[in-house]
Amino acid sequence: MFGRRNPQLNANDELIHLLSIEGLPAATLQHILDTAGTFLSVNDRDVKKVPLLRGKSVFNLFFENSTRTRTTFEIAAKRLSADVINLDIARSSTAKGESLLDTIANLSAMHADMFVVRHSESGAPYLIAQHCAPHVHVVNAGDGRHSHPTQGLLDMYTIRHYKQDFTQLTVAIVGDIVHSRVARSDIHALTTLGVPEIRAVGPKTLVPGDLKEMGVRVCHDMAEGVRDADVIIMLRLQNERMSGAMLPSAGEYFKTFGLDAAKLALAKPDAIVMHPGPINRGVEIDSTVVDGNQSVILPQVTFGIAVRMAVMSIIAGNSP
Amino acid sequence: MTRTLITNARLVDPASGRDDAGAIAIAGDRIAIVARGGGHDPRLSDFDATRTIDARGAVVVPGLVDLAARLGEPGSEHAGLLESELAAAVAGGVTSLVCPPDTDPVLDEPGLVTMLKFRARNLHLARLYPLGALTQGLKGEALTEMAELREAGCVGFSHADVAIRDTLVLHRALQYAATFGYTVWLRPNDAWLGNGVAAKGPLATRLGLSGVPVLAETIALATIFELMRDTGAHVHLCRLSSAAGIELVRAAKAEGLPLTCDASIHQLHLIDVDIGYFDSAMRLVPPLRQQRDRDAIRAALADGTIDALVSDHTPVMEDAKHLPFAEAEPGATGLELLLGAALKWGEATKLGMAKTLAAITSRPAAVLARSRGAAESNRHGLEEGAVADLCMFAADESWTVDGTTLASRSRHTPFARYEMPGRVRCTFVAGGLAFEAAG
Repeated sequence: MFGRRNPQLNANDELIHLLSIEGLPAATLQHILDTAGTFLSVNDRDVKKVPLLRGKSVFNLFFENSTRTRTTFEIAAKRLSADVINLDIARSSTAKGESLLDTIANLSAMHADMFVVRHSESGAPYLIAQHCAPHVHVVNAGDGRHSHPTQGLLDMYTIRHYKQDFTQLTVAIVGDIVHSRVARSDIHALTTLGVPEIRAVGPKTLVPGDLKEMGVRVCHDMAEGVRDADVIIMLRLQNERMSGAMLPSAGEYFKTFGLDAAKLALAKPDAIVMHPGPINRGVEIDSTVVDGNQSVILPQVTFGIAVRMAVMSIIAGNSP
Repeated sequence: MTRTLITNARLVDPASGRDDAGAIAIAGDRIAIVARGGGHDPRLSDFDATRTIDARGAVVVPGLVDLAARLGEPGSEHAGLLESELAAAVAGGVTSLVCPPDTDPVLDEPGLVTMLKFRARNLHLARLYPLGALTQGLKGEALTEMAELREAGCVGFSHADVAIRDTLVLHRALQYAATFGYTVWLRPNDAWLGNGVAAKGPLATRLGLSGVPVLAETIALATIFELMRDTGAHVHLCRLSSAAGIELVRAAKAEGLPLTCDASIHQLHLIDVDIGYFDSAMRLVPPLRQQRDRDAIRAALADGTIDALVSDHTPVMEDAKHLPFAEAEPGATGLELLLGAALKWGEATKLGMAKTLAAITSRPAAVLARSRGAAESNRHGLEEGAVADLCMFAADESWTVDGTTLASRSRHTPFARYEMPGRVRCTFVAGGLAFEAAG
């Protein structure tokens, strides 16, 4: 059993799994970002490979579909020279009734070195890390509403790239925060890295007041939320939440909490606009903003590969 | 007829508050002699015992009464759960237990109740008192044949953990039960707000688990109290979880509503933070709340606002917890932990032995007696003429909880590795030795 110790760290406090950003020291986060910086140049080379994971097998276990995230992990692993096996488990063994842990035991028997896990339930990667062979590393690629640590780290990389210093920033996170693993990861990373003002912006159904316990200022007014911000992180609004008891309509949401040029003008002139993708143009963000010169949405994707390379190479180098 | 003499005991009778050294003689299924104090009772010399037990260092107390224990039957006859779980009961000193109707099939037909009672009786372990389903199939639509079910042996009517969505149905169910004076056992949980896997709060927010707000309990309580005022129905509230809920119960009791309630050993000792890194042993219903709620439950159990402490025993098989937190089956083994959990709480609150044990003996016995509409022929206490359901335990011995060493077939408990005070030495049901610890 895990007991109370942070299960992602070994006895020397080195990262052996990446399950959540919560509980990781600032130095660990900075080390990942620094390492990612060195990998960025690999992506510009003719031969985009380094041999750090040569001979290692990385299994992408996607219990929930996500082509984009899976692809970026696949590219990152391949650039580290790993063998990558993609398992679309949503449509295979568990659909036949095999339990999650049986699936893991079977894959462990195939000598996997690393599992990249996406699951619809919060905490699933913890269960896997707890039950897989000791030499196997687990990277959380998104679990339920809980955590999406590599997205959080690539967001931090992006912010550091454009703003350098975290300790003077105002960051607004706008949208469906209560259901968002990206928002949770961003909030933990931003608080750890010393951002003094983090605003959670949205209607009370999506941004309940008790979020302030995570160290954010809760704002239910878009203008107040983005005013003088250095960074605006827009979250994707899931289709199933666009109408119902959470929100009446996508149109009303865009009017009240969508980011358009007028609202963006309230932020600092050099504010950057981020989004984890995929984007709903005209729902949470206007096309002119997505394509405008303050948008850093595409660089986020590029940095994402380097950050995932950094995470995989660091945890593979640490033993349990 | 077996005649057992227990000597050198510490006799604790929670009903009267008496706590003295003494001896007790059992003849057949009744307590024949209770000899209190140091002096020798001449009647003991004439008692022709077939078995004598030296209880030096041990407390003798009326058998524990657990108002919430699931036994997996009907539903898992093939696994033999009824026998193992009733054995777990007596290993934990529990001699009477009430089981909710959320079995498979649901306890909504007299034949099922008769069969369950028959099978339990033949095992000669703990006494089993089933609750009948309040509505057919626990669907919350049509009422069950309550009078028939009562005749078959149901001690009350319950909707287990299934909330009744339709308030009209709940209203009529209480009206109908009140017609015959039956007690309705309800866990206050709003059908819509109550769907979550953890208590709403900072922990659930951080871990991204769906949260059940306190409102789910308080709104349900407010509804139940209004319906009680209208119908006059007797209600036993099961497993309260929140400080705010307890305040409402306190006010309702002060008002004079015919009301009793219980809380489980989990809510008495644990809080949401114990979930740690998604520990599925902590996946429980109701979910673990915050420290202020636990403090309120501990205080309310001590001052009597909460009538009884229950084990909330729910057999969960091995694999059913090896799942992500939200998918893991809720519940935990508890019958063998009820005594230790009570003693641990009693020690911490400095309540004294008799008052501590009242929460798991005389007070739940009173709730059960009222629900059964029982005459006082089955008096529960250390009195001559009372039924000889007894638990004898070493108060000074402690043990470490290890699911694999329990008599229960269900190993999962959030108390694994806890140090528990009090070790059961033997348990008598109707004067017969139903459990004796090895060694």
